[in-house]
Amino acid sequence: MKLSKFFKHTAIAATLALSVGLGQSVDAKTLRWAYQGDMMSLDPMSLNETFTLGFQGWFYETLAAYDKDLKLVPQLAEKWENPEPTKWIFHLRKGVKFHDGSPFTADDVIFSWKRSLTQGSDMKGYGAKAADIKKIDDHTVEVTTPTPNPILPRDWTFLYIMSKSWAEKNKTTEATNVKGGESNYANLHENGTGPFMIVDRQPDVKTTLKRFDGYWNKDIATNVTEITFQPISQESTRVAALISGEMDLVMPVPVQDWPRLESEPNVQVLNEPEARAIFIGMDQHRDELLFSNIKGKNPFKDKRVRQAIDLTVDTKVINQKIMRGAAKPLGTLIADKINGYDESFGAPYKTDIEKAKKLLADAGYPDGFTVQLDCPNDRYVNDEKVCQAVASMLARIGIKIDLLAQTKSKYFAKVLLQAGNNTSMYLLGWTPSSIDAANSLTNLVACRDSKTAAGQFNLGGYCNKEIDALIAKIDVETDQAKRNAMIKEAFTMLHNDYGYLPLHQQPMSWGVRKGIKVAQRADDVLDIRNVVMP
Amino acid sequence: MLNFIARRVFQSIFVMLAVGFIAFAMFRYVGDPINNMVGQDTTLEQRAELRRQLGLDDPFLVQYFRFIGNAAQGDFGMSYRQRRPVSELIESRMPATLELSFASAVIALFLGIPMGIYTALRRDGVLSRSFMTLSLIGISLPTFLIGILMILFFGVMLRWLPSFGRGDVVDLGWWSTGFLTKSGWQSLIMPAFTLALFQMTLIMRLVRAEMLEVLQTDFIKFARARGLPERMINFRHALKNTLVPVITITGLQLGSIIAFSIITETVFQWPGMGLLFIQSIGSVDIPVMAAYLLLIAFFFVIINLIVDLLYFAVDPRLRVQKS
Repeated sequence: MKLSKFFKHTAIAATLALSVGLGQSVDAKTLRWAYQGDMMSLDPMSLNETFTLGFQGWFYETLAAYDKDLKLVPQLAEKWENPEPTKWIFHLRKGVKFHDGSPFTADDVIFSWKRSLTQGSDMKGYGAKAADIKKIDDHTVEVTTPTPNPILPRDWTFLYIMSKSWAEKNKTTEATNVKGGESNYANLHENGTGPFMIVDRQPDVKTTLKRFDGYWNKDIATNVTEITFQPISQESTRVAALISGEMDLVMPVPVQDWPRLESEPNVQVLNEPEARAIFIGMDQHRDELLFSNIKGKNPFKDKRVRQAIDLTVDTKVINQKIMRGAAKPLGTLIADKINGYDESFGAPYKTDIEKAKKLLADAGYPDGFTVQLDCPNDRYVNDEKVCQAVASMLARIGIKIDLLAQTKSKYFAKVLLQAGNNTSMYLLGWTPSSIDAANSLTNLVACRDSKTAAGQFNLGGYCNKEIDALIAKIDVETDQAKRNAMIKEAFTMLHNDYGYLPLHQQPMSWGVRKGIKVAQRADDVLDIRNVVMP
Repeated sequence: MLNFIARRVFQSIFVMLAVGFIAFAMFRYVGDPINNMVGQDTTLEQRAELRRQLGLDDPFLVQYFRFIGNAAQGDFGMSYRQRRPVSELIESRMPATLELSFASAVIALFLGIPMGIYTALRRDGVLSRSFMTLSLIGISLPTFLIGILMILFFGVMLRWLPSFGRGDVVDLGWWSTGFLTKSGWQSLIMPAFTLALFQMTLIMRLVRAEMLEVLQTDFIKFARARGLPERMINFRHALKNTLVPVITITGLQLGSIIAFSIITETVFQWPGMGLLFIQSIGSVDIPVMAAYLLLIAFFFVIINLIVDLLYFAVDPRLRVQKS
């Protein structure tokens, strides 16, 4: 009796195992991919960083999101309207389920917004875009903004929606906090509405995901059913894992390895320009530069000196020699995929050494001067090499660059405002998180103001009152056409004022096994919805 | 003997306090942790608030004593990067490092000592010469390069072995082991050899030099004169007399295998404590760095203690002096 029961169970188990096994062998598509680091947390409010948020977008979703061309598309909201300058109505999608099976409603939106304002959250800035959110019915919310906000849906493309009931059940109603505590449940567990669910999570080692069968959108392109993700920090090991066939997709790939990968039959390199603009800033704030041989005055306050620099550095040569032609040279601080970009101010400056020399002489520096350039060596694509190239180009007009290239945590600890802003010249990269030009204007161009947090990454202290007046208008203009015209005006003024030395959009650099279709989104986010396996 | 051990344990506390002190004095020069903990849209005020919460504004002595005070109660703080308790992080990473170090130590000893003996006895043999050439490579090539070359050859060209990671592991509750799966063993081979190569050649050269010296001494000549069989002279008398320095060096090397597995772990993405340490430096994760350095100091102290105890077992003269 017992024995037969045992056999019966074994037989059932075997049949099940067989059917599952067969099912997998027919249509299981496992994507194995590697990145240089791991996402910092599963909690969508613990760190506002592109890779972490991009990865979380596989299992969490927002009201509006970007498609593969960075166009804004509806996600958990079906549509939205802006009936009054400070009021937005979002109509939420019906029939959406979280991974635990509970339905998505207006309460979850309000809960997630409130959670983004709790102590450990790094998304407080996004939360602060709303003064209040009211529930109209289960699938409609009304958002009141403190000031008119023309781009609220864009601002919230990374404000992920969590389940209220799940968070309350697991006592994770506050964002993960570095001080610890039981609310850190969401740091290692997720419950989103996205197309994939976390099956196993070993931070820094391995993360396994599988397709969520109850996903609302049946139209996404991907046919991937399982994902294993492993961070590989060493560049050569990462590339080796791709060539040896252990990985399907690795990011990033060092630029110098491109020729080698192109010679391999089974892999290819994707290197579209990123939405990140790389540029060099100059201290125009202090009356005397901290790191220069010129005493008593600041040469960068003189527009002729800045112009001479912008006319000397040939961004096309940097692109050819250091980026293998895959970057896009720029004459401004925003990339071409950013809302508000225009070729009239985005084209690079025309190099003219003779004119530059004359300008420098007119400004009173016929023999040039010496200045220190701060540069990270592990933050941007070939960052140190770019700085070296700039240094050798500036030497042609007598400006001697004393290059200080160091690891990013030391570099940022020297140049950032919070760390004392100890720099005279620095290389920085910027992607506006809203994919909109206004963010770059506020952070990089606006006069520094510790009260409003304007100009927080304007490390050279560039300040132009006319542009500031325009920024104030742009921030509250809800007519998109008028707004874009003002953005154009502001950037044209910056261009003609030679406020920065813009360099390029650096290339993204992904290595992928041939046959896999991947959309390279310009904000360097891999959206699983667009990955199609052969 | 007990007295001796107690004194050593007592000394180890001072060693660890000193290591912690030096570490905290240097952390100021590693960089600013705050920028790695927040996104670009976080305001200056929020950054300052976070810095204040974590006590990063305090002078380093205050930070040091706070750390020591908490550590004495078994609390090593929270990782800035992962927002998990440091003790939990290190616990989850320790098995990988210890298994790798153990495998490397076994390889180094079980290949190094026989090769040393062989090259000492057959100095001019073809095999001896090739061993000596091999050992030159092992001594002079950096671990990093050896690892990369191994990956290139066995991982990419031949595709025999996985080029990164630890393979599948079996979780035993308090210990995750790679010894129980096929992919675990396959993944272990390259990192273990890479890490062992330097130690192996060192042990081999040491054994060889010591053996050559001992074989010249009078008591070996007398043993030969007495007509003892060659095998007995070599292994019973000569080898045993070479072991004291070998044990010292091997013991110290075992400590450095654990400590310097950092490079091997980075090359092979081996998920151990060394890799954790490197990642922590990159993001200025001070609590993890501090705990790791203390732990390594502790390992060194313990290993030295074991080495000292082994002397008693190997060298009868020490026992005589004591009694």
